[in-house]
Amino acid sequence: MLLEARWKGDRAVWLIIVLIIVLGFAFIPLSQLLFGLRFTYTVRVVALGGSILGAISGVVGCFAVLRQESLLGDALSHAALPGVALAFLFFGRELSLLLIGAGIASWIGMRFVMALLKSTRIKQDTALGIVLAAWFAAGIALLAYIQSMPDASQAGLDEFIFGQAAAMIEADVILISGVSLFLLLMLALFWKEFKLVTFDPEFASANGLRVGAVNTLLSTLIVIAIVLGLQLAGVILMVGMLVAPGIAARQWTHKLDQMLILAAVFGAFAGGVGAVISALDNDIPTGPMIIVVAFTLVLASIALAPGRGLVWSRLRQRSNRRRFAAQNVLRDLFRYAQAHGGFESAVPDAFIRGVAERSAQLGLRQLQAEGQVETVAGGWRLTAAGVARAQRRRRNEGLWDLYRLYGDELGLPVVQESRHAELSELLPRSALAALESKLKGDGDA
Amino acid sequence: MEGRSELALSVDDLTVAYHDKPAIWDIDLAVPEGALMAIVGPNGAGKSSLIKAVLNLIPRAAGTVAFYGKPYEKARSLVAYVPQRESVDWDFPTSALDVVMMGLYGKLGWFRRPGPRERARALFALEQVGLQDFVNRQISQLSGGQQQRAFLARALVQDAQIYFMDEPFAAVDAVTENAIVNILRELKKGGKTVLVVHHDLQTVCEYFDWLTLLNVEIIASGPTQEIFNAENLRRTYGGRVSYLHGGQLLAAGGG
Repeated sequence: MLLEARWKGDRAVWLIIVLIIVLGFAFIPLSQLLFGLRFTYTVRVVALGGSILGAISGVVGCFAVLRQESLLGDALSHAALPGVALAFLFFGRELSLLLIGAGIASWIGMRFVMALLKSTRIKQDTALGIVLAAWFAAGIALLAYIQSMPDASQAGLDEFIFGQAAAMIEADVILISGVSLFLLLMLALFWKEFKLVTFDPEFASANGLRVGAVNTLLSTLIVIAIVLGLQLAGVILMVGMLVAPGIAARQWTHKLDQMLILAAVFGAFAGGVGAVISALDNDIPTGPMIIVVAFTLVLASIALAPGRGLVWSRLRQRSNRRRFAAQNVLRDLFRYAQAHGGFESAVPDAFIRGVAERSAQLGLRQLQAEGQVETVAGGWRLTAAGVARAQRRRRNEGLWDLYRLYGDELGLPVVQESRHAELSELLPRSALAALESKLKGDGDA
Repeated sequence: MEGRSELALSVDDLTVAYHDKPAIWDIDLAVPEGALMAIVGPNGAGKSSLIKAVLNLIPRAAGTVAFYGKPYEKARSLVAYVPQRESVDWDFPTSALDVVMMGLYGKLGWFRRPGPRERARALFALEQVGLQDFVNRQISQLSGGQQQRAFLARALVQDAQIYFMDEPFAAVDAVTENAIVNILRELKKGGKTVLVVHHDLQTVCEYFDWLTLLNVEIIASGPTQEIFNAENLRRTYGGRVSYLHGGQLLAAGGG
């Protein structure tokens, strides 16, 4: 059963991966039909760049999500803005230099947060708030100053605030691909270190891992992913591109590697589709468009993912309610019959409805369908099958009680307590015999 | 005298301060090899701080620590650590097997991935703690006791000489408590030294042959039989442990 469940879980993951890829490619002809989009050179560049950026920030962002550091991502992307402005003031409008400036500003912001946490009593959320506001304010002030300069080349620098896909050219895509490959390589090389430091930094440190260095490396990779996506998503909404794919992916799987693959696919979908839609018209900023798509994926995942999804947990609750209703009604009928002259006489309908209340109807209907109760004049009666089932359940309960009491004393094998499971199926026959002799002894006493 | 030379752990003048309040003060500790030692004291006595300071996880204000005469940096492979269960987020997407394999990362070193050998060792450790049926279970779907046992298995694969366990018995079921006690005895049989932060006075005598009573300072440290008495406990906990006057615990300690 466990194996089956695992396979089911994995199957859902692969299904959703294939589904999203198919949907992503289906978007191409669909957008041609719906929006009359022509896949010109520019649109192809934007689609490709958006997908790669979405994928890589989704993958790297998984670690931000798992470390519960989404807000760090937000602060770091805001903190990039003064770097962009300063790089422009010193070197002019050269994309790679602007991004390097962004990276440096953001990285300094990150180190500042770490220093605050280490040497003062300021808590993380406060430290992030300080850096986000201070760096962003400096960035906005610098941008305002640049805009007042009599120089035409500053035009479009403010697209770093909300992102603008249409500005993307082929050289950008090559740059993005190269840096993405580097990031993936780093993740592969330091996979187990990143995993350990994210899950249990204290244990990692006790094992001689240099946790500070690994943390800094991981945060640096996050900064690089953020900076890379700035041109597309903008400093304000970059955090969405970073964390939304990871959040959506987490709903579908319990495995870290699958989560990263799924986040890549979700991110590519959101980045590609969002960028293409926004490229249709120069007035549509890219950041919000990507986030709308990504957020749709998050919502759908939270609702539908097996195991965690809201829809499934509602269904499971319902099926549990039905199952327990049947068991409880069966038990109540059994007890009543025992106390009131045997299984031949009827149990009054009013009694069972009084005891089991709302679940009575639910339980009775099921038991009747399974042939374990029947209606007689004046109420309900257990059939032979029903009596047998109730006795089996009672015996199982009794065995569990004894197992808990004497399991140790009798040296029985250790099984996980789960009272809905049949203990007789979990224990070897000799162990069961020992318990059953206790059961008889108890009955006599 | 021969026992003296085999000190698994010796601590001298160890002090840890959070801001300006000392968490532990001037700790001297000598733990012989093969001791099964409980560290016992009231809340805020610095039990966890002691372990963390010994393992270099928090900065020391003063003091030295030696494992078999060696400083921590040179003795890492001799030491295994079981943190408090609450110290991690159990919703992390990984399996019980994976958590146990993390115990081997230190030996693997940078860049190397765990392979079939590591897997086999992890599976063996999971069996030792009775989790063989939960190998691939996602860790959030383990019960609290099972999670604690997974942590224990992660320390077991490290095949260390000295084990530090921070409250392994906190909020676990009877099955788990039994499993842990059995493991502790196995470790002792194998000549390992185990230090356990513990809070249940009732079981101290039954489980541990060595005891340290701690309340910021060391109140007493030595063989359980010698130091587990009403006076030492009163000095550790203050007058609050009134049920000790009944003598029940002392009788257990004497036996």
